[in-house]
Amino acid sequence: MSTTSNILVEMRGVKLKFSDKVILDGVDISVREHEVLVILGMSGGGKSTILNLLMGLIKPDEGELIFKDEDLVKLTRSKLNTARSHMGMVYQTAALISSMTVRDNIGLPLQELSEKHEEEIDSIVDAKLELVGLKDVREKLPSELSGGMQKRVGLARALALEPELVLFDEPSAGLDPINSRLIDDLIIGLRETQKVTSIVVTHQMESAFFVATRMAFLHEGKIILEGEPEAFRQSDNPIVGKFLASYSEHKKDKK
Amino acid sequence: MVWMVREMVSEILERMAVHRAPFRLEHFFYQCNRVGVGSVPMSVLLSVFVGLTMALLTGYQLERFGLVTLVPAVVSVSFTREMGPLFTGIVLASRIGAAYTAELGAMTAGGEVDAIEGMGIGATRYLIAPRLLAIFLLTPCLTVIGIISGIVGAAFISNLTLQLSFGYFFDEVMTNLLVKDVMAGIVKSFFFGAIIGTIACYKGLSVRGGAVGVGNATTSSVVSAICTVIACDSFCNIVIVTFFP
Ligand SMILES: Nc1ncnc2c1ncn2[C@@H]1O[C@H](COP(=O)(O)OP(=O)(O)OP(=O)(O)O)[C@@H](O)[C@H]1O
Ligand SMILES: [Mg+2]
Repeated sequence: MSTTSNILVEMRGVKLKFSDKVILDGVDISVREHEVLVILGMSGGGKSTILNLLMGLIKPDEGELIFKDEDLVKLTRSKLNTARSHMGMVYQTAALISSMTVRDNIGLPLQELSEKHEEEIDSIVDAKLELVGLKDVREKLPSELSGGMQKRVGLARALALEPELVLFDEPSAGLDPINSRLIDDLIIGLRETQKVTSIVVTHQMESAFFVATRMAFLHEGKIILEGEPEAFRQSDNPIVGKFLASYSEHKKDKK
Repeated sequence: MVWMVREMVSEILERMAVHRAPFRLEHFFYQCNRVGVGSVPMSVLLSVFVGLTMALLTGYQLERFGLVTLVPAVVSVSFTREMGPLFTGIVLASRIGAAYTAELGAMTAGGEVDAIEGMGIGATRYLIAPRLLAIFLLTPCLTVIGIISGIVGAAFISNLTLQLSFGYFFDEVMTNLLVKDVMAGIVKSFFFGAIIGTIACYKGLSVRGGAVGVGNATTSSVVSAICTVIACDSFCNIVIVTFFP
């Protein structure tokens, strides 16, 4: 990978409290174009919160959130909406519109934000569904799908507008190993073929090391370690060590 | 609440600035169908019975003074200025206000509103605008339907019990009902529609705490909409009586 590529997303000194409880206490992250950054950390540590901040859904108490050289916190709403249309997010809870069919869910951003005709939208929907390994679900309602299927429809929706930045909140949680592998391959494929930058939150170490070009570890509101996957494997930070040890112990047990 | 309306208006203006329709017409028509056509039966039923009761009671009282012939005037004027808009408001607050709050509340609780916002679509424009516009435009229409049904109900019972012929009744209505009365009723109903829609959408978007939160928000939406509508009604009456006697 070229080391001269530009920085696409940067968080500087981001602090956030939820009713006096400090969630983020000065987070600095920067993501270069065409990178896959994996964010690791304890459950409840604020990883989803970071992604919501990047989507502009919550505002930080302090700090800057730079996306394409613009501070999301200071943008006017119409600029923010334009910025958002260059991002896609796969929510931890899928967050599909429950009253719309799968087809309309994926087609929604296309209908609202692009000039495409219904036939074009139909073919994009089909293509995206195939990409996430789903078929025969077009006319179903989200409630008629399994959790993992909903998650993948959410992913298809996030990709509908061909975003430059995709935020994945535990994309493969609740998926079987085959589909989970499919999502991992998809993340890598997006990076290699479409130059998409991704930020992935995951608890599955195997897929974390598989997709990551860089990793960051969030602990008690701060990024305590950031670097290449190799640096993580060799880290002597006790918390990171413990986190990874539980993963490799599992692996050893199986061997 | 002010924030929500301001947000919606500016999202719509921004959207029109890039020459796109602020929302899809089919969404608007869907909401209109629901608010308008769907509310007709309940509105008609309620108005007919209220009109009927009013004619019966006023007739019963006026009969003692031999003034039964005043019934058409009394009923039609009070129905046009007061009962019609008020009952339509109450019907819509309970039928549509509750539905708006519940569905938007469920969408908020399920993260759907955030997802729409996160796509950069603009949740207030996409979700709120068609709903508000539908209830704003259709409340007056339903009010007119309600007024007509109320008067028909009154005429019907007057014919049966007070020996007033339909022809006489409607002639009386026509001579006694002034444009001013009709205007007062219709202007009020525009306010009512706006009040009900705004309260319902706002309560829906500010839901906290899952299913129970949605339930509480719905109750609170209906209660505050009805109270505000009645308060606004008194206020309008004071203004009308003072400035347009
Ligand atoms: N809307 C909110 N209001 C108040 N507190 C919140 C809110 N959202 C999240 N929190 C708190 O913020 C903290 C971080 O939550 P977040 O969802 O970001 O965790 P996470 O790292 O994504 O966890 P997980 O891995 O389990 O998904 C939690 O302690 C949670 O209680
Ligand atoms: Mg999370």
